[in-house]
Amino acid sequence: MPLTRKLKTLLLCSLSVILISCGNSEKENGPVVIRYWEKWNGFEADAMRLIVDDFNASQDEIFVEYSSVSQIDRRLMLAIAGGIPPDVAGLWNHALPVYAENNALTPLNRYTEAAGIGREDYISIYWDMCTHRNYLWALPSTPASTALIYNKKMFREAGLDPERPPRSIAELEAYNAKLMKRDESGRLIACGHIPAEPGWWSPNWVYWFGGDLWDGAETITADSPENIEAYRWVQSYPERFGARDLMSFKDGFGNFASPQNPFFTGRVAMVLQGPWIYNFIKNYAPEDFEWGVAPFPSVNPELFPNVTLVESDILVIPAGAEHPDEAFAFIQFVNSQVEMEKLCLAQRKFSPLAETSAGFFEEHPNPYIGEFIDLAKSPQAKTLPGTTVWSLYANEMRQAFGSVWTQTATTEEVLSEVQIRMQENFDHRARRWKRMEETLLTEWEKP
Amino acid sequence: MTRMEKKKLISGLLFISPWILGFLIFSVYPVLSSLYYSFCDYSVLSPAVWVGPENYHTLFNDEVFWKSISNTVFFAAFAIPMGMVLSLSLAILLNCKVPFRGAFRTIFFLPSLVPMVCLAVLWQWMLNGDLGLINNAIRPLLNTVNENFGTQLTAPNWLQEAAYAKWGLIFTGLWGVGHAVVIYLAGLQGVPQHLYESAEIDGAGFWVKTRHITLPIISPVIYFNTIMGLIGTFQVFAVPYVMTGGGDGPERSLLFMATYLYQNAFDYWNMGYACAIGIVMFVIILTLTYIATKLSERHVYYEGK
Repeated sequence: MPLTRKLKTLLLCSLSVILISCGNSEKENGPVVIRYWEKWNGFEADAMRLIVDDFNASQDEIFVEYSSVSQIDRRLMLAIAGGIPPDVAGLWNHALPVYAENNALTPLNRYTEAAGIGREDYISIYWDMCTHRNYLWALPSTPASTALIYNKKMFREAGLDPERPPRSIAELEAYNAKLMKRDESGRLIACGHIPAEPGWWSPNWVYWFGGDLWDGAETITADSPENIEAYRWVQSYPERFGARDLMSFKDGFGNFASPQNPFFTGRVAMVLQGPWIYNFIKNYAPEDFEWGVAPFPSVNPELFPNVTLVESDILVIPAGAEHPDEAFAFIQFVNSQVEMEKLCLAQRKFSPLAETSAGFFEEHPNPYIGEFIDLAKSPQAKTLPGTTVWSLYANEMRQAFGSVWTQTATTEEVLSEVQIRMQENFDHRARRWKRMEETLLTEWEKP
Repeated sequence: MTRMEKKKLISGLLFISPWILGFLIFSVYPVLSSLYYSFCDYSVLSPAVWVGPENYHTLFNDEVFWKSISNTVFFAAFAIPMGMVLSLSLAILLNCKVPFRGAFRTIFFLPSLVPMVCLAVLWQWMLNGDLGLINNAIRPLLNTVNENFGTQLTAPNWLQEAAYAKWGLIFTGLWGVGHAVVIYLAGLQGVPQHLYESAEIDGAGFWVKTRHITLPIISPVIYFNTIMGLIGTFQVFAVPYVMTGGGDGPERSLLFMATYLYQNAFDYWNMGYACAIGIVMFVIILTLTYIATKLSERHVYYEGK
């Protein structure tokens, strides 16, 4: 029957098209092509492109195919689950524990040992944040630390010494009182500092009060006395300035990456930010914007000096990557002093390596880059909790922050709720780990 | 079955095979596998471990999940009737023989062409507590009230206050009723004119005609839009997700079932738990649709029957 024959031909044709397109396009005897996914776009992506080009030019065995991928943490998860992961991926350090514990990454210990790379080569906190359950899962790419960034002009106008930023929370609040401005109708138009701007690290204010979010082992410490003190400080804002006034004030803020950023428009004089702020000031702040950098003040500068929250972009090799050896060769190349400094300079950050060349500081356009490095080396430098429940925990703490900020609940109430909920979740994850532990540890030991 | 019939059956099946395959692979398989995973501890990357009804047990004791259900029900309870009244009224008005009728229809339909994400961003600014157009319109009114009655009313921070956040979202939804209006218009145009004419001869006015002719005749359309509205509001996700920047809104007031499902699946790596939420959502929507169908049996009129 002609119809059936035609159908058969059609089916065969489509099948062969599918088969051909699924085939391996890699050329034989050519360089090994490795795929590298990175979350950056814009100038940060361009900076990495320079390094990739250097690597591709430096040898002809391996060719890195570099692509910028949005929502990389979710896509990477699906790519790994689907069995088609890239060979190298650029993640954030806070995503590492959950990826590692789900057996989604390749342990790097064997590689770093063979290459003679060790903790002593890095600012130690960046090496430590790449480890989980005693295995090394990543190497840092571009790191950051956070500091108090302040508007000198606003300080001068309020009669404050622009070279003398606040050194304790008490001083910060004294400055705040002087910098706070209202218009005739009573609407807030400027302030010294509010803990909700930009609001990225609302769970982490506890670090500046000597608090922590977990004990590093089995206990969540959301409602520790130090954390309660920190959130009481947050609660004091709506009490002092009015919850509705603060909400309406904050609603008037423009986007972070825009000239309407409240820090650039003179609505907020002091913010907690990282070294990247240099780029945003350069791109969006007025020409005559004068700024300074200092450690963000803690509640007790004698006990807790130079407190900072440290984060890092990291490079990982997903589990099931086709060319892990070549992938590590590339990661190692990025982590050489010359290339790392080139990358971090182009991204206006600092190098995570223990040694930084003198030329790096000379060339760096950010005059305060040294302060960020010093903070990263501080014994009071803190990281986001290295636990698999962090994203849920962070959300719970943000909700708690919101309730305190809008005065719908008290600090003690919300933090004890978070404590109960998170400990339950944490225990659930601990059970999941116990079930998998033996299998995973054996697998990670395999060469 | 004769040989001919068999052949016909085979070629018939072959012709619809793309649909059957698609249905099996993209609908049946995911539904069945999510039913299976809802009984597992599953993080996508590690193998699923059977845990029995643990996820459901946790779910029913999870306050946040109940909050997401109550938010969803609240949203549906107001968004569906308000949307229905508004779209039906608009459709009836747009069905009147007025000058520039086509232009009006286009204007009311246009907003529903705006993609969800743009809609969310746009309304984020419309509802801004400080600079938003809505508050700029309300403030003079409130000032007049305050002056005359000595009250202290202030314009709300729509998306930052738990008491107003869902209302903000409901108003946002009303802006996009264009699709429902078009469906109602199509229904209205199917109402036989002679019924109106004979009613007019009997002295019926606008309301009587609407109540006794228009509504009964377009009842299948109303039923269709209600079911679509029910399904749509119970799956509300994109707009609140964008408006809150992927969060839950103040006091979790904008956390809906679909958002909670998404967070568990892709943020918290609890795919098993997320599947359980999905199954519960499926059961709720199925039940409500069934109830709506039962209730409407007596009120929906099909001309062909």
